[in-house]
Amino acid sequence: MSALSVRRAEIKNRAAIFAALGDETRLSLIGTLSGGEPQSISRLAQGSQLTRQAITKHLRVLEGAGMVHSIRAGRESLFELRPKPLKDAQAYLERVSGQWDDALARLKSFVEK
Amino acid sequence: MSNVIEKQIELKAPVSRVWRALTDHNEFGEWFRVKLENPFVPGKIARGRILYPGYEHLTMEVVVKTMEPETLFSFTWHPYAIDPKKDYSSEPQTLVEFRLAPKGSGTLLTLAESGFDALPKERAFEAFRMNEGGWTAQMKNIERHVSA
Repeated sequence: MSALSVRRAEIKNRAAIFAALGDETRLSLIGTLSGGEPQSISRLAQGSQLTRQAITKHLRVLEGAGMVHSIRAGRESLFELRPKPLKDAQAYLERVSGQWDDALARLKSFVEK
Repeated sequence: MSNVIEKQIELKAPVSRVWRALTDHNEFGEWFRVKLENPFVPGKIARGRILYPGYEHLTMEVVVKTMEPETLFSFTWHPYAIDPKKDYSSEPQTLVEFRLAPKGSGTLLTLAESGFDALPKERAFEAFRMNEGGWTAQMKNIERHVSA
């Protein structure tokens, strides 16, 4: 893969991560999975108003964004968190934030001169 | 709303001066480092070539939302240029707001950027903090950045 197409894939990926996070159910699934323990769908559906089907749909979205992956355990699938995409999203926001720091510092010297 | 990068800075210049530096497209270009071809007009697009070293081949494009004199200037755009070789058109649009308030003889400027595709950042990170101590340190980094 060329450097450019790698970059495009990264951008697409980040947009998918942000979109995946923009939902209450998925956030709460991430919260549960961030304990580190792989969880079954029925376990994740416990204490939720949603059906197993709905939970599965949300898990597939997270899987599509690379934020969880599933492991086969006998007859059921267990879902496990992959923290890297979320760390990447954090790093992205930090960079945006840092660039604003620089821009505002330039504004400050511009208006105070 | 929690999906926000927010910055506050005190400027030793009157509100009228800061307002001009923000909303006059030539002055904006001076400190932001962009050569804007047209003035900021609500509802209109302003675009121009980035002058920031390394990013000169990029075009910046904003859609002006609000211009409330000496109070609020806002626009939407594709988030701040980060990678010079990147095509920003697939990025989520964010809203940038500059709020001005007099503070003594100077100005208190509050910048907010929100809408990273509805990423509810703090809530997402809160979920982690509650469940895993390892994320607390990461969170501190973010907090330090966004509250600086």
